[in-house]
Amino acid sequence: MSTRLALETSAARFVGRLSRATRRGGGTTLPGKLVWKLDPDALDALAHRLPAGVALVSATNGKTTTTAMASSILSPVRRLAWNRSGANLASGITSTLLAARDAELGLLEVDEFALPEVMRRTRPRVVCLGNLFRDQLDRYGELEHVAERWRSAVSDLPPGASLVVGADDPLVASLGEGRDRVLRFGVDDPAHARPSLQHASDSKYCIRCGAPYVYDAAYVGHLGAYRCEACGHARPPLDVAARRIETHGLDGASFSLETPSGDARIRLALPGLYNVYNALAAASVALALGASLDVVVEGLERFTGAFGRFERFMVGEKRLLLLLVKNPAGANEAIRTLENGSVPVTLVVALNDRIADGRDVSWIWDVDFEPLLERAGRIVVSGERAAELALRFTYGGYPRERLEVVPSLETALDRGLELTEPGGELAVLPTYTAMLALQAIATRRGLTRPYWEDAA
Amino acid sequence: MIVRVGHLYPEYLNIYADRGNIAVLERRAVARAHELAVEPITLGSSFEPGAHDLLYIGGGQDREQAMIAEDLAVRSDTLRAAVDGGAALLAVCGGYQLLGRGYRGRDGAWMDGAGLFPHETLAGETRMIGDVLLESTLPEAAGKTIAGFENHAGRTVLDPGAQPLGRVVAGYGNDGTSGLEGCRVGRALGTYLHGPLLPRNPWIADLLLSWAIAHATGGDPDPLPPLDDSLEDEAHAVAASRARARGGRPA
Repeated sequence: MSTRLALETSAARFVGRLSRATRRGGGTTLPGKLVWKLDPDALDALAHRLPAGVALVSATNGKTTTTAMASSILSPVRRLAWNRSGANLASGITSTLLAARDAELGLLEVDEFALPEVMRRTRPRVVCLGNLFRDQLDRYGELEHVAERWRSAVSDLPPGASLVVGADDPLVASLGEGRDRVLRFGVDDPAHARPSLQHASDSKYCIRCGAPYVYDAAYVGHLGAYRCEACGHARPPLDVAARRIETHGLDGASFSLETPSGDARIRLALPGLYNVYNALAAASVALALGASLDVVVEGLERFTGAFGRFERFMVGEKRLLLLLVKNPAGANEAIRTLENGSVPVTLVVALNDRIADGRDVSWIWDVDFEPLLERAGRIVVSGERAAELALRFTYGGYPRERLEVVPSLETALDRGLELTEPGGELAVLPTYTAMLALQAIATRRGLTRPYWEDAA
Repeated sequence: MIVRVGHLYPEYLNIYADRGNIAVLERRAVARAHELAVEPITLGSSFEPGAHDLLYIGGGQDREQAMIAEDLAVRSDTLRAAVDGGAALLAVCGGYQLLGRGYRGRDGAWMDGAGLFPHETLAGETRMIGDVLLESTLPEAAGKTIAGFENHAGRTVLDPGAQPLGRVVAGYGNDGTSGLEGCRVGRALGTYLHGPLLPRNPWIADLLLSWAIAHATGGDPDPLPPLDDSLEDEAHAVAASRARARGGRPA
């Protein structure tokens, strides 16, 4: 390590401890912000000192869970530098690499917009591009714009690097065209297809000729087995596939994982088809890094959930289920997961509008909340834009008298628990910053461990 | 009565939760014992100028907008005849641009619009993104506030004497410089504001519905009976305070 980097590193670690000691948060991004500001090239140096290199994971939906699953697979065989708390901008990644002194392999989720720069600086061995959905249009801009940035970053990758792409997403799959060393993952089980594309599906039109795609099976949003009848463009053959899927309500899902290294039956402890996609992405990343199929299977089956994405804990005699919602496609899958279990009688839905949530809250109108509205006995809306949610639900047909508007998250959580019968389950669906606030409340009440407690 | 709504290109132009606007029109019509019959009007389908009491067109991503632009420009006469005949119309964001005289791209290329609104749009270098608050300049609702969210790169310049929807209190508006937002021609309203527009500005929904009903009956527009809008008012107040605190600042 250079003297300069060593100095920066120790200064940054000190800031991290100070940040935790003064309870200004997990101290997860402050050290990196400092170093990133002082010397952005430090990220390059920090990445290059990792003997087993770097693997990057990006996607609109699932990057935190995919990376956490890959960590579950790889941690028995490698010492990891992993940004588990989801600090996925260049500064957060710098922090992660600073903190992980003895790591061998960098396993990093990366913000969609930050990806090109992080790719350029860390020179990854493996890059996983999962999916692109409309998300925070006020921050990211349109899908095509993000895809173009990714395309140019991919073309600058050294030929030795491996690419993992979601074959079921037309735009993302196209990023693997014409390259060697590509693993394409996807779902192949029409029994689990949706009857039609959901409202506000993205990428419905052929990326080559513009004609509408025909879907033999649509699984999650626009992800599925697509083909264009006009020009013949179609989903590429799958290298890593999930077949014969079984769902087990909120308790998990099973599927046959078929890979170039062999096939295995997987029992996931996480529910929902979107988690099958996450598992496929994580398995592909691990295989691209040289992991054996046995290690992949063990790691996937051991995995129980990523930070705030899907967490269940006990509050006295009641169960609390926390499901992050952040954009239409992700929220639709969270709702589908609840439907596959039994929809809890009481729901708390919390909408904030800070930068990390998206300042433009119009996306809530593109979420298909209606199946929940038909079944929920009582809904508490919360967060800084609680009133907007109230409008979304009442104009969606939910009776005003069964809706409570409680902007304070803590009060809303308590009200939700109060409305839940002993032995029953309360489902809480927060946006990102509302989820962080709820985590802090849960931690204060001793319901869950702080996420930085067992960080490297 | 049945209010006939023509929704232009719903499968292409739906980026900013346009279905929220339709849901608001629907519920508020039902609350007054009317019914909304929404018919999608898509690529290549034909429609008669008098067949709809209310037309709606939303916004899309650049790619989707390019796919329908030509089809829409061809409907220029039909749309104008519909509005001249007293049909109501709401155009949001991309739809608002496409209904102007045309769009000049960054490379100087000109694309014809449908020519309903007296404005032209020029591609800009940067996007104008943020919360917006307007004060209505409509004679029917002078001084009422309108709260929404804008996200557009185009600078829309109204012809001299053209009537805007409102004056910008906070945010960018049509072009970031004129202090004006939106456009009004007859019973047609165009605006960059989404959010969606109607849930937190329900009086606009009621104004459009009253125009649509007048078109259907052939009479003059009557104000609709008021509803309990306390949730709408609350959402409006929060959105308005966001615009005042963090809306874009015109240059």
